[in-house]
Amino acid sequence: MRQDDYAKYAVFADSLEKSFGKKEDKVVAVKGVSLRVEKGELYGIIGPDGAGKTTLFRILATLMLPDSGTAYVDGFDISGDYRLIRDRLGYMPGKFSLYPDLTVKENLEFFASVFGTTIKENYHLIKDIYERLEPFEKRKASKLSGGMKQKLALCCALIHFPDILFLDEPTTGVDPSSRREFWDMLSSIRKYGISVVVSTAYMDEASRCDRISMMSQGRFIGTGTPAEIIDSFDRRLIAVSSDEMFRLLRDLRDISDVDYCYTFGDVHHVVLREDSLASPDNLSAVLVDKFKHENVAAAYCKPTMEDCFMLYESKLV
Amino acid sequence: MTQFEAFVRKEFFHIFRDTRTLLIIVGMPIVLITLFGFALSLEIRNVNVAIMAKQNDPMINRLADRINRSDCFEVTDVVSSEAAVDSLMRRDVVDAVLMFDSGFSSQLLRDGAKLSVVSDASNPLLAPSEAMYLIQAVNNFFADEFEGMAQPQAGLTTNVRMLYNPQLKSSYNFVPGVMGLILMIICALMTSVTIVREKESGTMEVLLVSPVRKLTMLVAKMIPYFVIATAVLIIVLILAYTVLKVPLSGGLGLILGISLLYIILSLALGLLVSTFTKTQLSATLICGMVFIVPSMFLSDLVFPIENFPVVFKWMAQIIPAKWYIGAIRKVMIEGVSIMYVWKDIVIMAAMTVILIGLSFRNYKERL
Repeated sequence: MRQDDYAKYAVFADSLEKSFGKKEDKVVAVKGVSLRVEKGELYGIIGPDGAGKTTLFRILATLMLPDSGTAYVDGFDISGDYRLIRDRLGYMPGKFSLYPDLTVKENLEFFASVFGTTIKENYHLIKDIYERLEPFEKRKASKLSGGMKQKLALCCALIHFPDILFLDEPTTGVDPSSRREFWDMLSSIRKYGISVVVSTAYMDEASRCDRISMMSQGRFIGTGTPAEIIDSFDRRLIAVSSDEMFRLLRDLRDISDVDYCYTFGDVHHVVLREDSLASPDNLSAVLVDKFKHENVAAAYCKPTMEDCFMLYESKLV
Repeated sequence: MTQFEAFVRKEFFHIFRDTRTLLIIVGMPIVLITLFGFALSLEIRNVNVAIMAKQNDPMINRLADRINRSDCFEVTDVVSSEAAVDSLMRRDVVDAVLMFDSGFSSQLLRDGAKLSVVSDASNPLLAPSEAMYLIQAVNNFFADEFEGMAQPQAGLTTNVRMLYNPQLKSSYNFVPGVMGLILMIICALMTSVTIVREKESGTMEVLLVSPVRKLTMLVAKMIPYFVIATAVLIIVLILAYTVLKVPLSGGLGLILGISLLYIILSLALGLLVSTFTKTQLSATLICGMVFIVPSMFLSDLVFPIENFPVVFKWMAQIIPAKWYIGAIRKVMIEGVSIMYVWKDIVIMAAMTVILIGLSFRNYKERL
């Protein structure tokens, strides 16, 4: 592909690899990740802690060089043209990284100046978010609540009107209502044509993205729109409950029709083997007759993002 | 506001909001200078002297009176037996004793007399000077006593002069030393810690992913500490000149010039440390152990390098503080011109260039 073709994508990455440590205790953080983010897209990378999301973000944000593979951000090579990328990138690391001893306003002013702009110039971009911070303008950043800190960090990453925004787990440790608010802001940012790549460990946030990739143990295990991912769930899923939930989980694993099962809220989700012909009724009959469970309830249920993640992860092995 | 101005402003905010650290930076030099200037003085002052004479002797009484009238000594006891002297010494009542033989004055006029000076050497730094001062006082007394007489003064002709620091004022020596240490702490330690703090808190990650060039960032980091170090330097010089009466004889311009060079050298040292450390703790330890402690021991501040084993003498050559303290001492106290310290200046300048070069090579633009 020619350089121009990379420029069509906000992010174009091909078989990125990155490992840490020497021979024996070598940890492979990113294993052959390929990624294409369209311009103006809100792209989610979903995966549990330790999946390699942060390393991937650092590679894409030009903070680390991959061991192998290539990546282009806005058409620029992450190793050769990193300076050009840094001019047009907004990056918000997973750890809160603003100056705790500076006030809200001072932090914002500083980051605006660093990017050679002013708060005034791009105020329209952050207006919706900053309005909520304005009453605390003179407060030190260290004295803000978790949700406020993330809003301020987002403002600081946005203040220079970047072409592309990388947000590494912006909602970790933030209360549910602030999380919802934060995602509303991300959706509203897109109207300015800014591409957003965001990582999260919360599966329920995946539905807020245009497209997502699910990441586990350094690999992408599934990519698509949230609807595509849900549709791709090609197994029968049964929600089961009884009076003895803990014993139930063990007993379910002893049933030959069950491929695997796991706790999901207050029920257990059971994924049947591909060749299994069992129905929820068969399953509850076995549980009552053979395992002496009481008040057994079993019914088909719709797969969620988490079910899809578990399925993809099981295919990985 | 330009990128650079914003950076410098931010650094000043960090410094002035951390009042405790700022107080230490500015307070420490003042306390140290005052401490070394007064409390830890090695000067001869208020030395308690006892006189031991077997019998009452008018000449000895005159001598005792003369000694008592000087600023340095106070005759606290007159005793007549060696046992009494022993007891005074043990009880730590007196620091030195003048012991006269029996019939001192009559012997002196005939064929010379013996006078012993006994000094409490539990403080080895003070004892020799005390003894020497006493001998001088006695010499002066006899010189006046026999003025115009042909009588030779047998055995009492010791004449030692202390160059540059005739009163052996220790503050003269301590001021350059304290300056060397303080400026090293402010510049090297504080600069490295403030850069490493950004790595530790994660703000470095954000700054790296921004158009900021390393030159902008590093120079902006150094400027506030340069300003503070210069302010401290001026405070120390004012204190030294007004309170401790250090002569500053070589000219203020030369002293300031050498000091500013040393400040930049220390900043470069801090910069270098910050490029290879990841935590504030390790930066502090490296600056403290590798640079500040050797600066104390190998820079002529407390111990003369001449008396060190060869290995340490070699090590001392790479200690920036050694060259600074040496040069400042020469200029401040001996009052020499730049001709006599050009070597120290050239060495410090070369060190600065090497350190800055190394730090820029080491500074990474990625994590």
